[in-house]
Amino acid sequence: MSSQDIPEENLPAEQGGTHVPKPADDKNPFADPGLPPHEHRIQDIDERAAKRSERAVALLFTVSMLATLGFIASFVAIPHDKSIYVFPLGHINAMNFALGLTLGVALFTIGAGAVHWARTLMSDEEVADERHPIEADPETRAKVHADFKQGAKESVIGRRKLIRNTMLGALTLMPLSGVFLLRDLGPLPGTKLRHTLWSKGKLLVNMNTNEPMRPSDIGVGSLTFAKPEGLEEHDHDFQNEIAKAALMIIRLEPDSIKDKRELEWSHEGIVAYSKICTHVGCPISLYEQQTHHALCPCHQSTFDLADGARVIFGPAGHPLPQLRIGVNDEGYLEALSDFEEPVGPAFWERG
Amino acid sequence: MSTAANDAPRSRGKAPAGERVADWADGRLGIYSLAKANMRKIFPDHWSFMLGEVCLYSFIIIILTGVYLTLFFHPSMNEVTYHGSYVPMQGQLMSEAYKSTLDISFDVRGGLLIRQIHHWAAIIFLAGMFVHMMRVFFTGAFRKPREINWLFGFLLFVLGMFTGFTGYSLPDDLLSGTGVRFTQGAILSVPIVGTYISMFLFGGEFPGTDFVARFYSIHILLLPGIMLGLVVGHLILVFYHKHTQFAGPGKTNKNVVGMPLLPVYMAKAGGFFFLVFGVIAAIAGIVSVNPIWAIGPYRPDQVSTGAQPDWYMGFAEGLVRAMPGWEINFWGHTLVLGVFVPLVIFGIFLAVIALYPFIESWVTGDKREHHILDRPRNAPTRTAFGVAWVTAYLIMLVGGGNDIVATHFHLSINAVTWFVRIGFFLGPVLAFIVTKRICLGLQRRDRDKVLHGRESGIIKRLPHGEFIEVHEPLSQDQLHTLTAHEQYQPAEIGPTVDENGVQRKVKGSEKLRAKLSEAYYGEDSQIPKPTVEEYKEITSGHGHH
Repeated sequence: MSSQDIPEENLPAEQGGTHVPKPADDKNPFADPGLPPHEHRIQDIDERAAKRSERAVALLFTVSMLATLGFIASFVAIPHDKSIYVFPLGHINAMNFALGLTLGVALFTIGAGAVHWARTLMSDEEVADERHPIEADPETRAKVHADFKQGAKESVIGRRKLIRNTMLGALTLMPLSGVFLLRDLGPLPGTKLRHTLWSKGKLLVNMNTNEPMRPSDIGVGSLTFAKPEGLEEHDHDFQNEIAKAALMIIRLEPDSIKDKRELEWSHEGIVAYSKICTHVGCPISLYEQQTHHALCPCHQSTFDLADGARVIFGPAGHPLPQLRIGVNDEGYLEALSDFEEPVGPAFWERG
Repeated sequence: MSTAANDAPRSRGKAPAGERVADWADGRLGIYSLAKANMRKIFPDHWSFMLGEVCLYSFIIIILTGVYLTLFFHPSMNEVTYHGSYVPMQGQLMSEAYKSTLDISFDVRGGLLIRQIHHWAAIIFLAGMFVHMMRVFFTGAFRKPREINWLFGFLLFVLGMFTGFTGYSLPDDLLSGTGVRFTQGAILSVPIVGTYISMFLFGGEFPGTDFVARFYSIHILLLPGIMLGLVVGHLILVFYHKHTQFAGPGKTNKNVVGMPLLPVYMAKAGGFFFLVFGVIAAIAGIVSVNPIWAIGPYRPDQVSTGAQPDWYMGFAEGLVRAMPGWEINFWGHTLVLGVFVPLVIFGIFLAVIALYPFIESWVTGDKREHHILDRPRNAPTRTAFGVAWVTAYLIMLVGGGNDIVATHFHLSINAVTWFVRIGFFLGPVLAFIVTKRICLGLQRRDRDKVLHGRESGIIKRLPHGEFIEVHEPLSQDQLHTLTAHEQYQPAEIGPTVDENGVQRKVKGSEKLRAKLSEAYYGEDSQIPKPTVEEYKEITSGHGHH
């Protein structure tokens, strides 16, 4: 920027000479010409430029100090539940915004100062350092091998086979205790995955109203979620039980039910299917009433609820299990049995 | 150090305090011999060498902020009713893990910022490792002697994925709980032992009341402990091997050219830590990540649409979404191929990239050390393979977000899924072919530049009316740089008849190696670099062409 002002004695004699292509070597024009000569930066030859850099670095470090003070001020002064509108971010938490920006600036300016310092004021002369082979020289190698052989020989492990074999045996068996210690991480599977809370006579309770339902409560085309009676949110095992028992109820025109068994297990066109996807167990929650398709929002397995919950698209491997339902003496919907097959994802013992 | 008094007259006959402390430490730790080798260690400069630093620094940031979060987080699945300051959740039933995450976000001043720095740093850590790994791959920096460090890095990437997964599962919110359910479903698909692993991991049936506490100790102790060890090992090896460098004047396989650690790299790398931290802190202040209060506590019978894992798990998610739902039932057992196959492909896909250095060194049979980096164009088959791998990865990433793609671009979800299914097989093949052509084209261009010089853009009219473009010859620096790379010759199968004239049996592996070698270095896979004779013949004749 001010090269005319640079005192002449500071100018390197050879500066700018490196861009002229050197005549190619006669023997090998591709030979390594060696490190190019060092090019001076303006700061190396003009003390005023160097001073400017110094001030820039100092300014950055000062900004950092101010930002840290800003951080502390924000922490103390801003109510932690105050929301502000910042374009284009919308309504955001004022304290988080202020703390993030002040901390960000405080850190960034330290970094920027250090890098600017390194780039403008520290020596930028490239230096070559030698490499040495990673592998040892032959003498070292021979020595190590000999030492090892000597050590192994002195241990008599090669000669006393009985010691070696029993030691290997002991070391192999020993970790077994560790394996056994892990046994009580959980119970054995048994038939746990085959049973749910549903059984004959259990009423279908609406998930939203927590009331049992009559067939008249369920309109054609609607999707209702249900749980077995007696299961309450505050129950200790609610999460485990609902993970298997969650039910979705829809009402179809009995004529539109294509699957014979589905029709048999329904009541006045009301069918109950497990809500748990047979792929990897997400709850199915999207229902398209025109096509009777249910879609799992996790991996897009699609089931035709008018056709035995057959899989019509996506990665699920088998239909959703259906729950046999009817009405009891008082006219409430009830289960006629547990699910006939395990709900949720398939597993080795499922069969 | 008896002369210390004479050396430092300004502090009244005593050495400066720093020097005395250093002497004290050296007498007990031997730090001077360590410093002698490392204090002025030379590091070469290239923008891409910064990518690994991004990973290291975001890892440090994650540890710092993670320790802070443990002070407030309760890794418990006890059900409690919320009475905190976030009004929309009041009276809701939730686990203590979820509640304490709400408290960190709303009641601990700065807690939300630290949570968001932690999460953003994790996202950047994984992205940084992915890009850093690609840099190392495409420049051939994994070659001898750095194969083990490649494996260290690879393990860090894989462990980072699982640390991230166990971490974002801790708040026990609806989104992460759905991810845990997916994991449990995938575990169930494992033949024979699947149900047992699931029961042991979750302490019974899903979700149970154990997994947050178990994931917690895995997330804050087990995995980061291993990763810290690997990071230290990774760095020690970087120091020990000395950094690689690109070819250029004065740079050979036997030296390392750059700036010394003290002061330049100390300032640049140290400063870069603050730059990375500053940027992440600012992002965390501006951009919300994982707002669990908007998602709600986990319930196994509820789900939100558009459920997505963090980006680094998207590839696995894509495999699961794209796989057709095959199930085989036999003798009372079920083989859940629809979920198990993606699980296996996930492992194989990662293993391929981990083992690549060993495959390539087997094909080349090259046992020498390599410290000069390849330009990607000069290793067309490797570059094409890498691009094919990345293509498959990215296609599966799209597959993992097929619902997002479908809703944002108004496409049919079925069409997107089919595109991913076909693309996973076709995409890498196309990418391989196209990349190889591009590499060969670039090699040709380098060759032309060396032999005919740089196009100057100056059009000259000759006396007889012909127009020519003046080509400027390259400097020797440039000539050297463009011709410094080595070109392998395809390996031949040795003579099939031994010295006694007896037919020798050629092993299958030998044939395979010769074929692969031909594919890597045959006529169609590299453009011979210009020789000195070619150069002299062209330059000695007429000047400008």
